[in-house]
Order: sequence, then C-alpha cells, then structure tokens
Amino acid sequence: MRLLLRYLRLAAKGQLRYRSTFYLTAFAQIAMPLSLLAGISLLFARFGTLGGWSMGEALLCYGVTQVAFALAELSSRGFDNFPSILANGEFDRILVRPRGLMLQVLGSRLDLSRFGRLIVGGIVLAWAAKGSGVEWTPLKAATIALMTLCGAVVFSSLFVLGAAFAFLTTDGLELVNIFTDGGREMAQYPMSIYERWLRLFFTFVIPFACVNYLPLLFVLGRPGTGPAYALLPLAGLAFALPCLLAWRAGTRRYVSTGS
Amino acid sequence: MIASLRAYGGLFRMRFLRGLSYRAAALAGTATQFFWGFILIMVYQAFAKAGGSPLGLSQIASYVWLQQAFLALIVVWFRDKELLSLIVTGDSAYELCRPVDAYAFWFARLAAGRLAAALLRCAPIVLVASLLPDPYRLHGPSSVPAGLAFLACLALGLLLIVAITMFAYILSVVTLSPNAAFMFAAPIYEFAAGMVIPLPFMPEGLRHVLELLPFRLCVDLPLRMYSGAIPASQAPLLLLQQALWIALLVPAGRLALGKALRSSQAAGG
Repeated sequence: MRLLLRYLRLAAKGQLRYRSTFYLTAFAQIAMPLSLLAGISLLFARFGTLGGWSMGEALLCYGVTQVAFALAELSSRGFDNFPSILANGEFDRILVRPRGLMLQVLGSRLDLSRFGRLIVGGIVLAWAAKGSGVEWTPLKAATIALMTLCGAVVFSSLFVLGAAFAFLTTDGLELVNIFTDGGREMAQYPMSIYERWLRLFFTFVIPFACVNYLPLLFVLGRPGTGPAYALLPLAGLAFALPCLLAWRAGTRRYVSTGS
Repeated sequence: MIASLRAYGGLFRMRFLRGLSYRAAALAGTATQFFWGFILIMVYQAFAKAGGSPLGLSQIASYVWLQQAFLALIVVWFRDKELLSLIVTGDSAYELCRPVDAYAFWFARLAAGRLAAALLRCAPIVLVASLLPDPYRLHGPSSVPAGLAFLACLALGLLLIVAITMFAYILSVVTLSPNAAFMFAAPIYEFAAGMVIPLPFMPEGLRHVLELLPFRLCVDLPLRMYSGAIPASQAPLLLLQQALWIALLVPAGRLALGKALRSSQAAGG
C-alpha cells in the first residue's frame, strides 16, 4: 500500500512536469464524456423517454458507468499498456524485483488526467441522484456505491484479462477494447433497450447488467424487484476470479520475449 | 541438430503468431466497429420508437453503418503518425528542401492515407451490414441520384476534412505536441459533425448554427444523402457549399503552413 502511494506521488510529479500537456489531456478527458452527455440530453429533449426511462433515471446509469470506468482506468491502466511492457522486455525486469507483480504493473502507468472523467461522472451522478426522483434510503445509497465499486472491478478485470491475453499473443489484442470501451458505451444506457442476445451476454458472461442495470431497477423501485437485487453487484466480483486466474496462468507460463 | 530445429520451430511459431495476431488485430478492429454500430443503432432506434423521429429506423441503420464503414474518411482522430513524428523530430525541415509545395505534398499524402484505409475497411462492413435482418440492415441508396450524390459528397468531404485537419498538423508544427492539437479538435468536431448524435436529432436552433460550420459537411451530409433524408435535389447546392469551404480553407492552410514551417526552422535540429 505504501508502495502504491509512492507510485502515485511519482506519477503526479512526473505528469505535472509537462504541465500544458497534462492540462490539455485533462481537458480532452472532460470534453469527451461531456459531448456524449450533451448528445444524450439532446436526445432526451427531443424524444422525452428512452424505452420507458426518464432522463434522470438513464443518467444514473450513465453516471455509475462513467465513475466505475474512470476508477478502473485510474488504477488499472497499467494493464492496458501491458502488451508494450511485455514486448520491450520490461516485464523481465519487473519479475526480478522483490515486489508483487500486479502492484508493479499497476504502478507502471497511473494516468492522472483520467480524473477528468471521474469528475464528469461524479457530477452527473450527483445530479441524477436528485433528477431521477428516487426516494433515497441508506440501502439504496449503499447499492449505488456497491454498483460503482463492483463496476470498477469488472472493468479492471477486463484490463487484467486483456493483459493475460498478451502472454499468448505478445501483441495487444484490440478485441478486449470491445468489452472495455464498448462495454462502457453500452452500459451507460439502460440495458432493456438492447436485443436479447446482447443482454444475455452482458449478464451471464460479462456481468455488466449485474453491476448496473439490475440493481438500478431496485433503486428505482421498479415492480418485481426486491432488496435482493442490491446484492447482485457482488456477481461482478465473481467475474474477477477467472480473470485473475488467467493472469496467474499467464505469468506462470511466461518464458520471456527475448532480445 | 535438434536444438537448431527447435530454434527454427520457435522462430516459425513466433512469426506465425505475429502474423496471425496482426491479422487478428485487423479483424478485431472490424469486430469492434460492428459492436459499436449495433450499440448505436439500438440506442438511436430505442429513442426513435418514442415517436416523432426525423429519421426512420432504416435511415438510422444506414447512417450508423456508413459511419462505421467510412470512418477513415470522416473522423478527426485518423492521423498520419509518420508525418507527425516527422514534425516532432524536426525532420519536417526537409520538407522545405523538396522541390514541391509542402502543403500540396502533405495534402496528397493525408488524403491517400485516408482513402486507402477506408477502402480496406469499408467492404466487409458494407457487405455484412447489408445482409443483416431488419431493422439493422443497410439498405441500398434511396435512389440512383441519391447514391451518386452520396459518393460525390463523400469525395468532397474527404478533401474538406483533410483541409480541416491540416490545421491540426500545422498546430503540431508550432507546438511540437501533436496529441494536444488533435485531442483539442476531436470533441468539438465530433459533436458539430454529427458523430455523437445525428444532426436531425438536435433542436432547430443548434442545428442552424452547426449548419453554418463546415464540419457537418464531412459526416452528416453524405450519410443522410445516401438514405434520402436529404433529398438528392439539394445535392448541387450542398456540393457547392463543400467546394466553397475547400476553396477557403486550402489557401488559408497553405499560408499558415508556410509561416509555421519558416519559423519552425529554428526548432528543428
């Protein structure tokens, strides 16, 4: 833990050296989700509803997803960058150091400009908490927190899974982006608008629905849902297990990339 | 003997896997675009089902699929990394030594790069999308004139986006920080061009403002021309509008690039 904080301090120092670049990337990190947000609110202004969801309700979905993704990106971006660590032999150096592997990979790249998305997501979430007209109880608030955290775990697990794939291919597979970036894109709208095959996949294979849509139904008090739905985000933790195992298997089988 | 065989075997496997993972990368890129396309179509159509949509369901599908198929022709972030590294390392000073006009040289290079990438990528997407069941199917153009107008708008749109993005390259010459220039431009362009949501979904006032800007002529115009959401009879006027913007931006860009390159000589080592 102390090491992680050191990594954070170093990253902050390093990135603030290039101050103008830092601010510009941070601006872009804010502008991208903002333009998306503008798009969503314009669509709601035009059509009023999205498959029976009001704007406040849908923005809860958007906010939870953005915050979860931002948290995952802030912490686990190193895994996203892992293929290049693997390809240039950096991983061999990591292996010989007497510290945890995952911690070092995590620390290899802490991109602080990603705070931009976190801020946008947080503001949207706060606004939607009011705009959705939910009558908040401690349980519901705790559910939202759990959704966000477990959502971040799911995104992080995907980053780790992508890194584990890199052991097989050395080159990064863009395919993982479908599930990280694509998953974010998809999970920010209520899952009910999608086709059945897509819903099933993102409930039972990659549990985005469990950390987002389904518990949100309970928070919004939709008929047929009960407090049990508040525990569903924990299924997201179950998803982390195979991803971590894949990572372990990858590190075990690793025989350097030469040069 | 056995050891050297093993080495060759290993080498072969490495090359093989490397080639495969490159092909996999191209495949994965297309797969990503399909996924993205499906999500966008489902979202827009879910909104449109509330009624009063200015775009029909199949017009939405064709808008999204063409957007994915011709991504390389219409997005800002498709950039020439080699040219950018030329700029950053200061090798762009050599461009001044060439007996050709640097602007024309870069322009041709950027346009060719985009065209090649689009030709590689568009075929599988157009083909598969036109075989999908409704409401996801990419139907043919609404009429023959609409199809021809779509191609003409796309072609002029390519020249226009190269003329627009050229300013990001010029800014890179000045700041030597290409990422910043593109990151700054992308969100603004994407919103104004109809990449975030199609222009017809926007309120009237905002739409009128955006129609005064050149950006939507690169994305919104060709994509809607195809499905007849913009009648083909308006094509001549809109093509003229594209041509005027090109005629305005190209000389301005050439002037700016000349200035930037002259003053960058000191920086390039």
